[in-house]
Amino acid sequence: MKNVKKTLAMIASIAMAGSVFAACGGGNGGSSAGTTAATTTAAEAAAETEAAAETEAAAEPAGDEGKVLNIQVWNEEFKSRVTDHYPGYEEVDATHGKIGDVDVVWTITPSTDNAYQNNLDSILPGNADAAADSKVDIFLVEADYALKYVDADVNVAMKLSDLGITDADLGDQYQYTKDVVTDANGDLRGASWQACSAGLIYNREIAKAVLGSDDPADVQAAVADWATYNETAAKVADAGYYMTAGYADTFRVYSNNVSAPWVQDGKVVIDPNIKAWVDATKAQVDAGQTSASADLWGDEWAKGFYSGQGTKDVFCYFGPAWFFNFSMHSDDAASIAANGGWGFTVGPQGHFWGGTWICAANGTDNPTLVKDIILTMTTNKDVLKEIATADSDCVNSKSVLADLASSEDGNIALLGGQNPYAVLAEGAEKVDMSNLSIYDQGCNEEFQAAMKNYFSGAGSYEDALAQFNSAIVEKYPELTTD
Amino acid sequence: MPNKDLNVQFTNRGRSGKIDKLNIWGYIFLLPFTLVFIVFQLIPLVNTIYNSFFENYMAGLKQVGPNFVGLANFGELFKSGDLVKYFGNTMIMWILGFIPQIVLSLLLSSWFTNPSLRLRFQRFFKTVIYLPNLIMASAFAMLFFTMFDITGPVNGLFVKLGIFKEPFSFFTSIGATRGLVAFMNCLMWFGNTTILLMAGMLGIPVDIFEAADVDGATPTQVFWKITLPLLRPILVYVMVTSLIGGLQMFDVPQILTNGKGDPMRTSMTLIMYLNKHLYSKNYGLAGALSVLLLIITAILSFIVFKVTGEEELNKKAR
Repeated sequence: MKNVKKTLAMIASIAMAGSVFAACGGGNGGSSAGTTAATTTAAEAAAETEAAAETEAAAEPAGDEGKVLNIQVWNEEFKSRVTDHYPGYEEVDATHGKIGDVDVVWTITPSTDNAYQNNLDSILPGNADAAADSKVDIFLVEADYALKYVDADVNVAMKLSDLGITDADLGDQYQYTKDVVTDANGDLRGASWQACSAGLIYNREIAKAVLGSDDPADVQAAVADWATYNETAAKVADAGYYMTAGYADTFRVYSNNVSAPWVQDGKVVIDPNIKAWVDATKAQVDAGQTSASADLWGDEWAKGFYSGQGTKDVFCYFGPAWFFNFSMHSDDAASIAANGGWGFTVGPQGHFWGGTWICAANGTDNPTLVKDIILTMTTNKDVLKEIATADSDCVNSKSVLADLASSEDGNIALLGGQNPYAVLAEGAEKVDMSNLSIYDQGCNEEFQAAMKNYFSGAGSYEDALAQFNSAIVEKYPELTTD
Repeated sequence: MPNKDLNVQFTNRGRSGKIDKLNIWGYIFLLPFTLVFIVFQLIPLVNTIYNSFFENYMAGLKQVGPNFVGLANFGELFKSGDLVKYFGNTMIMWILGFIPQIVLSLLLSSWFTNPSLRLRFQRFFKTVIYLPNLIMASAFAMLFFTMFDITGPVNGLFVKLGIFKEPFSFFTSIGATRGLVAFMNCLMWFGNTTILLMAGMLGIPVDIFEAADVDGATPTQVFWKITLPLLRPILVYVMVTSLIGGLQMFDVPQILTNGKGDPMRTSMTLIMYLNKHLYSKNYGLAGALSVLLLIITAILSFIVFKVTGEEELNKKAR
């Protein structure tokens, strides 16, 4: 009996450990050091020598600075970037590391249901008075809510100039990446290593079958504007495929090309282009060209990264460069990405999606180290080139992108060897952030969620809009709606 | 005469002194409960009511309020009409789950307590029906969410068996979503109810059943004429606790619909609505909603108690 119990306990713990690793694999997109986690002695030895060599290069923090570097993040992305590319970083376990004699502590709070922001909201305002070891030193933000945290009155993110980072240091970065984290007084309060201009990522096999060619130029001609895109969508659907995996896929393309911000004078306004998204998507759902039940990031949506797994195979996704590495399951041999089955083109309208900005938390006790991390991760060309080639990320450096666009290093295996960097660099120059507001995340999320009901037929457009309005007023009591 | 009076006073004083001493011990024994009650129940309760009269929320990282606004929060809740809708949703999902639950529980408990059936492996079955209640509701909801997803195993199975022509999207159908919530609540709680009802049935004196047997009553007659009327106090208890639990329904629909209450917020319960206001740390509106919930719970419990318990009380009064 005892033995049976022991065996059961063993099986249970193995199953649990297995699921943990499986989850890591899915989210991490197979970045090297995150998953190797030193399972073999050979790998361990190699990592150690590498780390030892890199320690010398690391910046030595001043003696009187904190011994613990606290970093607030919402997923594994930045952690794996630092683990792989920051000189002198040694991984201890899933949420701990070391840089020299400073302990690095990662706090991962998923952004679902606003949990990440709620966490920041509760700790950042009192950060200066927190105990030395629990002071937040670095936190990350996304474009959708960056303005909330770089606000000069709120003052939770340090001015980069106070850290000693000058405009000259950031001269090679794209202007839009600076606009996102600039406060009302024109002070810069964050920096990003990514330039997230996005495009249309298409399934080469379906392109050949339906359009007769998988060449990016030919595909671009078939999706050049929304009218031709819709014609192609009809053809794709006739051939038994979905044009996009879910109703929300094209949302960013429309919402980045609006004429005014979501909120004007404290009132939520539905832009004509947002309404255009609703009409186009409703038509596509009704015509069977996309699914009304597949939420972004959901299981049904992600089946399109494989062939023959979902209800229908998917012709295209819209995404920036981080999408390749982070979302498309390229580490799974069965996926389309692992076999180089995707192609990349601009699509009907230029847009951008996401991106991660590094902010120094006001009250940090490790300013020297924080400065070095920001500079190394966002301006060091060697590091940026390494990130681009190892993780197929589109980095925030005009010269590195130009370099990649003209060399073999920029060819990406999951795109069948295509080099997307010229297109990505051109897109990054064009990104316009003038219509950003601090309410974007809530508005984008709630609008898609409410409209899902209209697409699936659960309610009329007016009903869905009313639901959106009440959701917005719940989230932001200071706003009014129609 | 005066002497006698003095005596009386004396003894009285002596006796009351003794009682005082005993009283102190009583208070000491009451202290832990009272302290816990005051700190964790009474103060939050009063605080909630107090908060409901203020405008007090976070706009981004900036605090708005607290400003005294009187009953404006209550007005706002009623103005939108959402409150009635979410109350309706909550009640519909509760009733959908409670009716099968009570029927199932009555049936099972009368079988379990019926000595003439001589059920074997009773202990095993009692354990098994209680098991779903041991799983965390959120984990249970997550399981159902995965199972009934459009690409999930249930759809896969039904399509393969030919029951569905193509995968059915459960979570965009009002009936299916509400039905799933009700089914899960029923599944989680029928074991608990069965055990309670069994306790009630075992408390009914056996001689009544024997007398009925001797008089030639059929099992159906026994159930309707003896078991059910005598079970009433327990039934009222089960109904009231289930109603209060139902009004506070949160975790199952929250996880199942990802906090959205979709489709069209038809599976959004009152507590999910309350949770929405905590996004912006809107203590004023959330407080007002909590106070309303308290009142609704009190009224409904009173009605249930009145309707099902009145005769019982009258009998006792006589």
